[in-house]
Amino acid sequence: MRTTIKRGFETHTITRSNLKISLLFRLFWVFLRIGPVTFGGGYAMIPMIEREVSEKRNWLSEEEMDDILSLAGAAPGGVGVNAAAFIGYRLAGVLGAIAAIVGITLPTFAIVCLLSTIYTQLADQPKVAAAMKGIHAAVIALIVVAAYRMAKSAIFDKATAATALVVLVVLLFTGINPLYAILAGLFIGFIILQIKGWLGLDLRMEKEGQNTSPEESNYPEYYI
Amino acid sequence: MIWNLFFVFFKIGLLSFGGGYAIIPMIQHEALQGGWLSETEFQEMVSIAGMAPGSVATNSATLIGYRVAGTWGAVVSTIGMILPSLIIVIVLSILLYRARDNQWIKKVFYGLRPVITGLIIFAAIRFGFMGKEQAFMSWQTLGTLIIVVLGLYGLIKHKLHPLSIIFASGILGIAFF
Repeated sequence: MRTTIKRGFETHTITRSNLKISLLFRLFWVFLRIGPVTFGGGYAMIPMIEREVSEKRNWLSEEEMDDILSLAGAAPGGVGVNAAAFIGYRLAGVLGAIAAIVGITLPTFAIVCLLSTIYTQLADQPKVAAAMKGIHAAVIALIVVAAYRMAKSAIFDKATAATALVVLVVLLFTGINPLYAILAGLFIGFIILQIKGWLGLDLRMEKEGQNTSPEESNYPEYYI
Repeated sequence: MIWNLFFVFFKIGLLSFGGGYAIIPMIQHEALQGGWLSETEFQEMVSIAGMAPGSVATNSATLIGYRVAGTWGAVVSTIGMILPSLIIVIVLSILLYRARDNQWIKKVFYGLRPVITGLIIFAAIRFGFMGKEQAFMSWQTLGTLIIVVLGLYGLIKHKLHPLSIIFASGILGIAFF
């Protein structure tokens, strides 16, 4: 590669665009392979993304990865898709982000469409209907576990407990669009902390001892 | 119809903090309001979405798009869910480099996390008990409760993989119902 660069400007640019395309393709390929392994949701894929991106390929340092992953968990959307977008963007700009996102989404998309087709074919079979009822119960259990894990990191004082309770009661009894709960949620933290400040209360924003087990605290598995 | 799907899922994608089950009630609200699916059909969709890898929210969007408007519906709904993530990630990458100790993010999440908790509990109740034709106290409900309890035991006590829980529950379902 070095010799081609020395030969002149034209070959140089061609090599660079080739390199860029090859990087885009490698990004796509890495995330395509991560995609189907992520049964059980985004946080299951975090260790795998870390291994592929920072350990095996040295694309990013571990500190950069930590930063990216905590941002990916905070931004709206699935943590896996967000992490893919961050890493792709950091390495190869907007096209890189798109390559990584398409890579991580494509396998899931295909599997979902396939499952849907199979289910429509078999929905009339009594055994399939019975299995679906069992799976329905399993998904209830999965949601309960997700709620429990989220609650563990979210609720640690009276204000957070009251917020969760109010949201639940309002959603159960008013039938408002749950989008408004999230919208309000974006501001409620500022308001509560402001009021607490006036009252001279403790302004802790995270559960105590969160830093003792970073794996648990940074990636609560509410995203399943 | 295609535009409508895109717009609805774009809107949800923009606010899909928490990524997974917290988003189910929003999708449900829109799907029922738009008359796209019945409550029972929606529950089937979410069960299928839970069987596939990846985010339950994005998978549900794909499935609903597919059900409502075929392959293009699926493509458009999925893009609608993911596009906000792409845009926000790029904007965040440009704006802030270090996120770990950002006080703004901490303040937002101090309030947002309990809201997401409330949403997930709501999702569990809604998904578990509403839209059922049969009486509340019945063999069906009992069977469901037994599987839920077994599932919780396997997930929390034995840290079993969600997919193995889903698989085992399918078999138990065939035995029970």
